[in-house]
Amino acid sequence: MGKKHQTPLLDELKKGKWISFVREMERAAEKSERTEDLLGQVEESYRDKVNHWKHGGMAGVRGYGAGMVGRFSEFPDKYPGIKECHSMRIIPSAGFFYNTDFLRKLADISEKHAGGLLNFHGATGNIQILGMSQAEAEDVFQAVAELGFDLGGSGSDLRTPSCCAGQARCEFANYDTMKICRHLTEEYLDELHRPAFNYKFKFKFSGCANDCVASAARSDLAFIGTWKDKIKINQEEVKNYKKKFDVQKYVLDKCPTKCMWFEGENLVIDDENCVKCMHCINELPKALKAGDERGCSILIGAKAPLVTGPRMGMMLVPFYDVNEDAKNDYEWIKSLISNMWEFWDEYGVSRERIGELIGRVGLNTFLEGIGLEPIPEMVEHPRSNPFIKFTEDED
Amino acid sequence: MNDETKKKVEDKILGLVKEYVGKKRFKPIDIVKEMEKEFASEGLTKDDIKAALKDLMDEEKLVYGYAGGSFLTIPENK
Repeated sequence: MGKKHQTPLLDELKKGKWISFVREMERAAEKSERTEDLLGQVEESYRDKVNHWKHGGMAGVRGYGAGMVGRFSEFPDKYPGIKECHSMRIIPSAGFFYNTDFLRKLADISEKHAGGLLNFHGATGNIQILGMSQAEAEDVFQAVAELGFDLGGSGSDLRTPSCCAGQARCEFANYDTMKICRHLTEEYLDELHRPAFNYKFKFKFSGCANDCVASAARSDLAFIGTWKDKIKINQEEVKNYKKKFDVQKYVLDKCPTKCMWFEGENLVIDDENCVKCMHCINELPKALKAGDERGCSILIGAKAPLVTGPRMGMMLVPFYDVNEDAKNDYEWIKSLISNMWEFWDEYGVSRERIGELIGRVGLNTFLEGIGLEPIPEMVEHPRSNPFIKFTEDED
Repeated sequence: MNDETKKKVEDKILGLVKEYVGKKRFKPIDIVKEMEKEFASEGLTKDDIKAALKDLMDEEKLVYGYAGGSFLTIPENK
């Protein structure tokens, strides 16, 4: 197929040695006229400095209220291939593991019914098949379902939960992120497929504070692995690291709370002042390990910039014994989530995320509503801005 | 909730959405709150109303639309 549209601006984005989304789209366009039209419209978007999609509308599969994201071209006559250019979201496996057979079959589905383009993964963590029409949606869905996968979330619903590779691949994981992610995904499939909330709601699960799925910034309820007891120190390995690089400069001096120092040859850590940021463990992985009393912290209220600007998550539960709760099918956390959604249903307004609701009604009111006792560790930032104000006559 | 009450709730929901097509976009929670008020004397719970909504979706009498947020509407062919 010859090149249908001239794309001088997009061609600039192919220069250099790095992977280019334009090159990938051009490869797909060799087999797909709709992706060729997609390139033409994207070129216009770069030229006009505005995108040319009409967003929303009706796109979906029977019985589901979510999982398809509707996109319509502003120029259907000029780019007929993308008059409709919808995306289908698919729930990924926990930790993003796939076998190659699934990937080949998914690629075949995309080439047959869509633009030959896949997105691994969207910001929420979904696999996305890009560029299909409503008429093809049902066939795509059936083909995906035959592979054992289901539609993800979209619209005002529970968005597809996602997690890091956790204990399957990472020595830093403090809890089984994949187990809780899969459990809560299956538990809340109805909330995922039927948008019944005021706006979107996201769970993300990170095994440690390195936060590989960006839960602290991108999820309404973030589960970040941590520990309660002391960091375990192997002093011999510390000495080995000292021979290789300047541990004082690159580790101790960069500790956010300056809770570590050397006494003679030995490294000492004031664990009470450690904020479990993971920096020292990342730098000295053979010498330092998290303690044995592991679980996770739960942060609430993060969101990306849409509607009212970005927010980071604030500390809600400093230590949740997730490993213990797992033995009871996560009953404690499910009860807390249920209370939160109930409160949000009752007092939230249209397109208000739960973090914005807390900002509007106050953390005290929210905590009372969901049945959690306020504690001093419920802070927006470590060591600053406590939300709980005590009057003089209170202890 | 018995079948007769369920039918009454479903009819009420459909009537409300139809009446406001093109004028107001109802989120599911808006409908739940409206129906809670409407059927307060019959002691319906939120879960009852959500179950009625779910049935309407399964029967494709209502579908979801999206315009910034999700809303309920009548299928185009109806």
